Amino acid sequence: MGGIELVADVAGLRVETPGGDPILEDVTLGLRRGAVLGLVGESGSGKTTTGLALLGYTQGGATITSGEIRLDGKGVPATSDRAMRKRRGRDITYVPQNPGRALNPSLRIGQAVSEMLRAHGDADAAPGSVAGALASVGLPASDEFQRRYPHQLSGGQQQRVCIAVSVVCEPPIVVLDEPTTGLDVVTQARIIDELIRLRSEHQISMIYISHDLAVVAQVADRIAVMYAGRVIEEGPAQKILRAPRHPYTRGLLASVPDHLRPRVLEPMAGVSAAVGERPQGCAFAPRCPLCVDECKRAVPELTPIGEDHWSRCRRAELVTAPVLAPLALEHRQGITSQEVLTVSHLRAEHRGRGHSVVAARDISFAVARGECVGLVGESGSGKTTIARAVAGLHPPTAGEIRLHDKPLAPNARSRTREERRSVQMVFQNPGDALNPRHTVRDAIARPARLLRRLGGTEADTEVERLLELVRLPQRVAGRYPSELSGGERQRIGIARALASEPELIICDEVTSALDVSVQAAVLKLLGDLKDELGLSLLFITHDLGVVATIADSLLVLERGDVCEQGSVQSVFDSPQHPYTQGLMAAAPSITAVLEQRDDLQGGASTEPRVAAGRPPSRASGQAT
Amino acid sequence: MATTAPAEALLEAPADGWRHRYARHPVATFLLWRVAAGILTLLVVTMVIFAVLQIIPGNVTQIVLGRNATPDRIAAINASLHLNESVPTRYLSFLGGVVTGHFGDSSAALAQGQTLSVWHAIRTPLGNSLVLAGITTVLFIPLSLFFGMVAALRAGRPTDSILSLTALTLGAMPEFLIGTLLIVIFFAQLNLLPPVSLIPAGQTPLGNPKELVLPVLTLLGVSTAFGSRLLRASMIEVLGEDFVAMARLNGYRERRVVFRYALRNALAPSAQILAQQIQYLIGGIIVVESVFSYPGIGSKLVQAIQVRDTQMVTIIATIIAAIYILINILADLAVVLLVPKLRTRA
Repeated sequence: MGGIELVADVAGLRVETPGGDPILEDVTLGLRRGAVLGLVGESGSGKTTTGLALLGYTQGGATITSGEIRLDGKGVPATSDRAMRKRRGRDITYVPQNPGRALNPSLRIGQAVSEMLRAHGDADAAPGSVAGALASVGLPASDEFQRRYPHQLSGGQQQRVCIAVSVVCEPPIVVLDEPTTGLDVVTQARIIDELIRLRSEHQISMIYISHDLAVVAQVADRIAVMYAGRVIEEGPAQKILRAPRHPYTRGLLASVPDHLRPRVLEPMAGVSAAVGERPQGCAFAPRCPLCVDECKRAVPELTPIGEDHWSRCRRAELVTAPVLAPLALEHRQGITSQEVLTVSHLRAEHRGRGHSVVAARDISFAVARGECVGLVGESGSGKTTIARAVAGLHPPTAGEIRLHDKPLAPNARSRTREERRSVQMVFQNPGDALNPRHTVRDAIARPARLLRRLGGTEADTEVERLLELVRLPQRVAGRYPSELSGGERQRIGIARALASEPELIICDEVTSALDVSVQAAVLKLLGDLKDELGLSLLFITHDLGVVATIADSLLVLERGDVCEQGSVQSVFDSPQHPYTQGLMAAAPSITAVLEQRDDLQGGASTEPRVAAGRPPSRASGQAT
Repeated sequence: MATTAPAEALLEAPADGWRHRYARHPVATFLLWRVAAGILTLLVVTMVIFAVLQIIPGNVTQIVLGRNATPDRIAAINASLHLNESVPTRYLSFLGGVVTGHFGDSSAALAQGQTLSVWHAIRTPLGNSLVLAGITTVLFIPLSLFFGMVAALRAGRPTDSILSLTALTLGAMPEFLIGTLLIVIFFAQLNLLPPVSLIPAGQTPLGNPKELVLPVLTLLGVSTAFGSRLLRASMIEVLGEDFVAMARLNGYRERRVVFRYALRNALAPSAQILAQQIQYLIGGIIVVESVFSYPGIGSKLVQAIQVRDTQMVTIIATIIAAIYILINILADLAVVLLVPKLRTRA
């Protein structure tokens, strides 16, 4: 990479756990002045470790064992020392993933910002500096706001405060670690616009770490993809998105759902290896369709394969961009089979002390046999409350829920065994939803035993059958949830829900806590089950891409009210309600980014997208 | 006593009418509620004490007079002690006396035909005990913070192991054991300090500091052991929080991070348990006073119980209960002040 000025340069970085297992093995990347480098990877890839290493910081007792990091020419020491501490906050800052937890709960907002100023800025910073910093991220600069504590701010506001703290001393480099995960889509879009603006105003170079390729696509000039502790591809964002040169990048692109181009996702086989279990040779080899013997023997080097484009694959030239079949939307529109679930004028409230908050108002919809109905909305929209009401966990205050045209008791305890058998639920966080003291076999067999009255051996056979159905190896039956990965646990949650042979499964944000590739696999599984078993699904999510991929019809919820309802095709083709339109415009989409850059003819986008208000064009039926 | 959500009651007060005024001063409102609740609790405590004293066997007159107890004299003294009146009447007159500041006269003394004002009898011992408790508290809190902090910052390393082991050992030993060991070391072996704390009447313990050293050390041993382990656990938890890491990533000075980010937020969860430790001190004091013959309220109370001196017992127990409740209120107040979430509307 000669001739180009690098404001941050990492070469051969290796970070190990206290036990000697490598978290990062040979990470090499470069950040150019004034540019945004998107660092993409799934959990376990080491992207956060890399980001922190740039600040000379390690977590959990890990140590930097070899490699070099240079910030603006000056080296970053392997062990944190006083000199490095001085540079943190001044030469390079960090924006954390979870802003609510990253702010001192006993420090007021104004104090948090002024603390940064006092530590690195001028000794006597002008009194207006704090107000100025807050205003620059779109927050009120008033005294009242500065006197607030972090818990009095919304998630988006908290993140803006963290960003304000990170840019107030005008550092040349900012590392952002998943800064918008956990925020709702519209807030996310606004924060991204804010970052783009700050970048051009202050000439900051950024490293944007995320697992979400679609989000990274919007801000990054260059993208570096990480897998199993190594950078496996680095290049201009456009090139990587249009023409990836590593099978893993290709696999990722084929796993990302896109609400503007709903298509059949192609999940990658296998799971990524955990730290300490990585194979010899290329870490991706066990899952790679292009793998040859050579790949398993020796780790490929990061080699240039084009202009400013590097790939760690021996067979890079064989990698093609994924061409995914569009979802047959016409087919999905014509579901006319009998209704399994009917919800009429449902009203659900949260009763507080002396007052009640309406979570859902006048909700009516139906789920037919073999149909997936999506409930889409941000947090506070009421979608989870509705799901819990259908499940019998939250008695509604008005309205009716009917199963096969027979009214369902509002409380799950009052329902018949048949009814409880027919309606099952899978939860968002599989780690929390499985009893840690039960083996997988116990967890799955339980509904079969209780709700279908199966005996011992019959139940065991059922467990075998179900594990196969969710594509899990039989040997997990004897394991405990703590020994399994997030994706495996979620599959077990699904197997457990299937154990009672239900007609309707309620999926409450079941993929939100999963990596993109695992999400694609789980969505494919659910889609297959829907087709094979005639299963009905009530799918709750905030992700438009996911709902476009799996649902047949959907309801868009805003603060308890249905603002739009209909088949996925019609709602996404022509959204009527301004809220839906806003959601669609704000939700990140790789297609939109590529189209926009086509329009602008190259160069990073500097225009705020939310302000435009209109969702980008959506030509249905076209392959990516 | 509410340990977890002291101020939630008032945070939901809507801003309308008179509630508006209270919502604006959450801490003051909180204090008002807690003091009111405290007084109510104290009332109930006095009733319970009163009731218990009626049940325990033994009558003050008989015990005090011993062999001189003739039925006539018993009847006469019982009448003068108002023991013929109904319990509620006696309770109410007792209550009336307390509220107006008249603690009455010792029942035992009255039984012997003498008058001895309860207040006069307990004034000095109460002061002595408060001095002991006060000095211990003033010392044990900073010491606990210090050792807890050091142990947490060096967690897993030799320093931490030594400190934790010491705390464990000390905490496992009863006060009289520690006290006796200290006497053995400092008096029997080294002859540095007196084995008993006999303070001549009329003098304060502060005038005889040597007498205080061993009792305070004994009490400190148990309290600091407990307090430092508590602080250590709390600190370790807070040091693992995101905002502490964030402060380091922002390049703040380590001293600032440890005190304003870590310690400050580690105090709140510990405040109430530390308060319990202070309350425990009050009980532990009775044992220590016994070991060192320290003229405190503990021995006075024990004596009064032995002779069934109802007035004395009731007054002393009420005072101790009031101190307990006060400490609880202060602890809850400290928590509310330390945790902004409890005194601001989200």
